[in-house]
Amino acid sequence: MQDAFTVASAKWPAEGVPPSPAGWIITTARHRAVDRLRRESVRAAKEAEAAMLVPSSPAEEETDQLRLIFTCCHPALAQKAQVALTLRLLGGLSTPEIARAFLVPEPTMAQRIVRAKGKIRDAGIPYRVPGDAELPGRLRPVLAVLYLIFNAGYAAATGPTLTRDDLCAEAVRLTRLLARLMPGEPEVQGLLALQLLILARRPARTTVDGAMIRLADQDRSRWDAALIAEGQRIVRECVRNGQPGPYQLQAAINAVHSAAPSVTATDWPAVVQLYDQLMALAPSPVVALNRAVAVAEVSGPAAALPLVEALDLGQYHLFHAVRADLLRRLGRAEEAAAAYTRAAELTGNAAEVAFLRQARELTSPSSPDHP
Amino acid sequence: MKTYLLSIYQPEGPPPAPEALEPVMTELAAIAQDMQDAGAFVFSAGLCPPSAATVIRARDGDVLLTDGPFLESKEFVGGFTVITAPDLDAALKWGERMAAATTLPVEVRPFQT
Repeated sequence: MQDAFTVASAKWPAEGVPPSPAGWIITTARHRAVDRLRRESVRAAKEAEAAMLVPSSPAEEETDQLRLIFTCCHPALAQKAQVALTLRLLGGLSTPEIARAFLVPEPTMAQRIVRAKGKIRDAGIPYRVPGDAELPGRLRPVLAVLYLIFNAGYAAATGPTLTRDDLCAEAVRLTRLLARLMPGEPEVQGLLALQLLILARRPARTTVDGAMIRLADQDRSRWDAALIAEGQRIVRECVRNGQPGPYQLQAAINAVHSAAPSVTATDWPAVVQLYDQLMALAPSPVVALNRAVAVAEVSGPAAALPLVEALDLGQYHLFHAVRADLLRRLGRAEEAAAAYTRAAELTGNAAEVAFLRQARELTSPSSPDHP
Repeated sequence: MKTYLLSIYQPEGPPPAPEALEPVMTELAAIAQDMQDAGAFVFSAGLCPPSAATVIRARDGDVLLTDGPFLESKEFVGGFTVITAPDLDAALKWGERMAAATTLPVEVRPFQT
């Protein structure tokens, strides 16, 4: 989940390979074939190595964890069950902690976990790392679960609670583990970079009272420089690797935003290009919405508004929030205010509601800010 | 080894035209042959439509018969296959082939052990 309001400056990191967005797509097909051969030989070597080690070695333990991740996230389990099992069996969270984190009654969560374990046992879900042919399909739910856990922790209700902080940390820890265990999988690296770059901004995201601060208004000195550096390093490697995927592209977009020392002109054309690639690989109305936000910075709000209004996202609060912002910039204050109202109605997050209400106040025709 | 029931669910209504149905049946037969060759095949059958079914209820020595299926539903089990497989992934592979051949949903359900 990214901040919809993005007036920020960023310069692509000066060191390292400059982005070549079009190049990623062109070289993807070629690299995939080479990578498959490389991965198969690496895997065989690793298995031989693992076989020579005594059972309870760190390498065996890590292979066990890898097996466990794929079992917990088996596609025959509903995603809610995947999330609960992953947090319980890999995250070491207690059932009450998981229940609290997802705002679900404890008996419900307990039953969910019991049922999932029962399904694994009764249906014979195997305890193993999928074979190479199955791996891409099986990796997708794993990454989706890790990103979901991260988002649940990041987009917490007013103020960070201990449980929500744990969720982000757990998601990052598990993603790091996966990245270490599967070094040849660029999308795992991409997800890790994405999480780190988003997490880096967390210290600047809320006021002491828990009110939300837009990316444009954040005190960048509060951003975690170490997390940004690490995230950007991973993104540079991904670009060099030349096998783009949705998580890598989202990470790259965040890298452009996070590289800015202050609010000056962002490389918005690069952001739009990255969104173009993301739309080519993993199109969705939400991606199109975020792309429209970037288009507004390159070509103005008048160009972006029709892009937004063409989207079927009436139940998504950020759709209305983005539309409101564009209308405001076009001087259509009444429509903007109505859109802010709709956005506030659709979000359950108290901090976001407060922010949207304030934005509406500033937009209303009777506001002194109105021209 | 585990045993699984693979049930093909079809919508109520007339069957597809012979030219549409025949390639499906051919493919299902090929899958069944592959199952035999792999030692996975246990049993399979096509079922008559729900209108051919009868429901029995027994109580206090009395037997009540009802004409038709137990569940009135827009979809029903049109046919099923019983297989053995080492784990769910293997069973799902067979089920995926059947689902692709029939373009119908296939339920994979484990037997109790």
